[in-house]
Amino acid sequence: MSITVSFTLNGESVSAEVDNHTLLVDMIRDQLGRTGTHVGCDTSQCGACVIHVDGRSVKSCTMLAVQAEGADVGTIEGVALNGNLHPMHEAFREHHGLHCGFCTPGMIMSVLDLVQQNPDPSEKEIREWLEGNFCRCTGYQNIVRAVRAGAQAMRS
Amino acid sequence: MTENGIGAAVRRKEDHRFITGQGQYTDDINRPNQLYAQIIRSPLPHARIRGIEFKAALDMPGVVAVLTGRDMADDGVGGLPCGWGINNKDGSPMTEPGHPPLAADTVRYVGDQVAVVLADKRSIARDAAERVDVDYEELPAATSLSAASAEAAPAVWEDAPDNVCFDWEIGDAAATDKAFASAAHVSSIDIVNSRLIPNAIEPRAAIGEYDSGRDEYTLYTTSQNPHVIRMLMGAFVLNIPEHKLRIIAPDVGGGFGSKICHYAEEAIVTWASKRVNRPVKWTADRSESFMSDAHGRDHISHAELALSKDGDFLGLRVQTRANLGAYLSTFGPAVPTYLYATLLAGTYKTPAIYCEVKGMFTHSVPVDSYRGAGRPEACYLLERLVDRAARETGIDPIEIRRRNFIPQDGFPYQTPVALEYDSGDYHACLDKCLELADYKGFEKRRAESAERGKLRGVGLSTYIEACGIAPSNVAGALGARAGLYESGTIRVNPTGSVTVLTGSHSHGQGHETTFAQLVTEALGVDFDSIEVVHGDTGKIPFGMGTYGSRSLAVGGMALMAALEKIKTKSRKIAAHLLEASEDDVEFVDGQLRVAGTDRAVSFGDVALAAYVPHNYPLDVLEPGLDETAFYDPKNFTFPAGCHICEVEIDPDTGVVEIDRFTAADDFGRIINPMIVEGQVHGGLTQGIGQALYEQCVYDDDSGQLLTGSYMDYCMPKADNLPNFEVTTNTTLCAHNVLGVKGCGEAGTIGSTPAVINAVVDALSDLGVKDMPIPATPERVWQAIRAVSG
Repeated sequence: MSITVSFTLNGESVSAEVDNHTLLVDMIRDQLGRTGTHVGCDTSQCGACVIHVDGRSVKSCTMLAVQAEGADVGTIEGVALNGNLHPMHEAFREHHGLHCGFCTPGMIMSVLDLVQQNPDPSEKEIREWLEGNFCRCTGYQNIVRAVRAGAQAMRS
Repeated sequence: MTENGIGAAVRRKEDHRFITGQGQYTDDINRPNQLYAQIIRSPLPHARIRGIEFKAALDMPGVVAVLTGRDMADDGVGGLPCGWGINNKDGSPMTEPGHPPLAADTVRYVGDQVAVVLADKRSIARDAAERVDVDYEELPAATSLSAASAEAAPAVWEDAPDNVCFDWEIGDAAATDKAFASAAHVSSIDIVNSRLIPNAIEPRAAIGEYDSGRDEYTLYTTSQNPHVIRMLMGAFVLNIPEHKLRIIAPDVGGGFGSKICHYAEEAIVTWASKRVNRPVKWTADRSESFMSDAHGRDHISHAELALSKDGDFLGLRVQTRANLGAYLSTFGPAVPTYLYATLLAGTYKTPAIYCEVKGMFTHSVPVDSYRGAGRPEACYLLERLVDRAARETGIDPIEIRRRNFIPQDGFPYQTPVALEYDSGDYHACLDKCLELADYKGFEKRRAESAERGKLRGVGLSTYIEACGIAPSNVAGALGARAGLYESGTIRVNPTGSVTVLTGSHSHGQGHETTFAQLVTEALGVDFDSIEVVHGDTGKIPFGMGTYGSRSLAVGGMALMAALEKIKTKSRKIAAHLLEASEDDVEFVDGQLRVAGTDRAVSFGDVALAAYVPHNYPLDVLEPGLDETAFYDPKNFTFPAGCHICEVEIDPDTGVVEIDRFTAADDFGRIINPMIVEGQVHGGLTQGIGQALYEQCVYDDDSGQLLTGSYMDYCMPKADNLPNFEVTTNTTLCAHNVLGVKGCGEAGTIGSTPAVINAVVDALSDLGVKDMPIPATPERVWQAIRAVSG
């Protein structure tokens, strides 16, 4: 059965016809063409698909598209501020917080939620928060460094 | 050093698209009118296919086709080829069974491809696959090395008696026996090098597209080496000539060796796209990745080290069985032979070494390269054995290593296992690592831990690796069925910007930045005016891709050779423009200057003259400024280093925590220290993953893959890891112009034994002598209980 789902995506009204079992991530990638949100697993563990729904980070592989009806959805494509890189973008680049880049959008969306809740997270808090995001390339050290720097830049 | 040149920690060019979600990975690509493929995989480890009933699937709206191995056979599709042949001890070739992309008669591992459903939507393809009924006659299976080696073990292949693919040897058996006969002490160890699943976070994907108007094919694929795929798939599987087959490996989300191999799905989607005359897209679920990406490691070894009374290593004898899986993957046979046993000398001057390796078939996923590929297996075995010898002889583990190191003035050094090391300074790396790790402070920290009821241990490893496998003719004599050179093109554009075309492939390594640093250093061209292109056989010269930490040492040197040609031609053009002798023109800061004068032209003016040759020596020089070079190295490069790990163990829970980890590495000249440090961090994490967390497990009875998801396969997470302290100590590679060695795999090679040596050290006072990998809390707890009675 197909259903029309409408929500706000990065400030823009969007809608698409989806099957009732369509995952939110598949709607975003396949139907809305925003491919910055990635799929790295099928058990809700890797975190490559993290987006924001109504201001909180969620794994978009773990929500049905129909559950996003009327929601305020944010993806990596909407993080830049008026065409300028967000401080967290800058921090990931500055501190080499990415290699292949595949986990990066999910990482950034996830830690933006962390910093919103905890503007000055400690290294331990960052490492614990990232429990739901896998990176196979970096060993996490530079991601942690980037998050601390990004949070600091966002505070100032 | 220029601002963005060699040695500068330049921030990466590629990052902008990745951090803003604008990377373009294979699954991000969609082709008009594409179909989605769902692969039907064997649920059994070994079975005969009696029949496949798929009418119910075909009748579903949106399903376009269901294709099987029979259809492939009817079309004359060939098997997936193996890229490296190994000879047995008696000189006969290894057993090399066929590997059809879709199994026609027999399946040989859980996950083996049986059929493919093509449908308009991914969800329809998936649902339809559920309605394909494969009638299997289940056969007995052996998934592990021990099961496959047992008496009357189920045969994976009828023409491979005892499941042996090859029985290979290296080194001098007689000389080694003699060394053991004169030994004052012999230490021995039994090692299981656990099986791993590479797990790049981007699952594999492929899109095949056939253009009937031009009779041309394009394959988009998650590959580390697009030209290798073109050659193997075109020539051996689908019989498509190179000029009609284009392979595009766009942004690739990590490889770690698992994306070297030519996989069945690449051939399936390319072949199917012509059958149905529509593009065909396949993207692996993570569950499929677990059961179909080539796995890594999986050795069982027994090793003995003969020592003199003073602790000098006299001889090393090793017997290894290596699991190759059910079929021979692209470079599967090379990994446990020429990439493993040749590294058994390590950093030591052991005069006699002999190693036997049996490559075994089992009913499991094919095994191939995983970060380090053979070298971590060698290092783990050797460094565990050296530590054991130190413990048994009562010689300090640092002292025993120092005593046996190849001395700094001992290079070039010919090992007893084929390799010739060109440079290194193992003492210096060890000293630097000891200092950075505050090794002297260990006993104090151990006492502090003990006060808290914790057991602290320290372990080290001194590793060697071999990067940039070469030269091609030697590799060919040893069984390689491909060249091992690299290509590079420097294309100076008319207005002076530079397009770099490289046969290397970046899937996280940062080539777009590092290679641009080489160009800006050589030509003085602004860093932002340099673009690096890779991954598209329609654009780049024929190249061998990225694996074995070869990109800089081989691909980078091809670019250096092309840059030299550009400089030579630029000097000729400048000499004409300046009315000077070519010999008097020098390249300084992006200008070509007549030596000793202020007469100069900019490199941009030279480029413009080359493309608008109005004032140009056309009678002696071609227009244009575009040079290609192929580079075939004279030897491997030999990065080396020292890793020191300190662990703290909670004896009540068996949990091992890494408190400190220090690495001092010799990578030769470093182009971008930021990227190098990042590579080390990532490599260490994968080595620590093997030491403490990761292990692929098959159920012996059912042959099922038990670790088939992230719920069961334990990947290291941010809160499992410490901050690493890393440094470098440089000796230059002696046989390339920059003296570079390579850094991609070192972290993985040295770290696993350092961690386990530390765990054994922490538990040694209790009487624990050994610890298998991964050292899970349960294993550690059991080991403590076993000795505590």
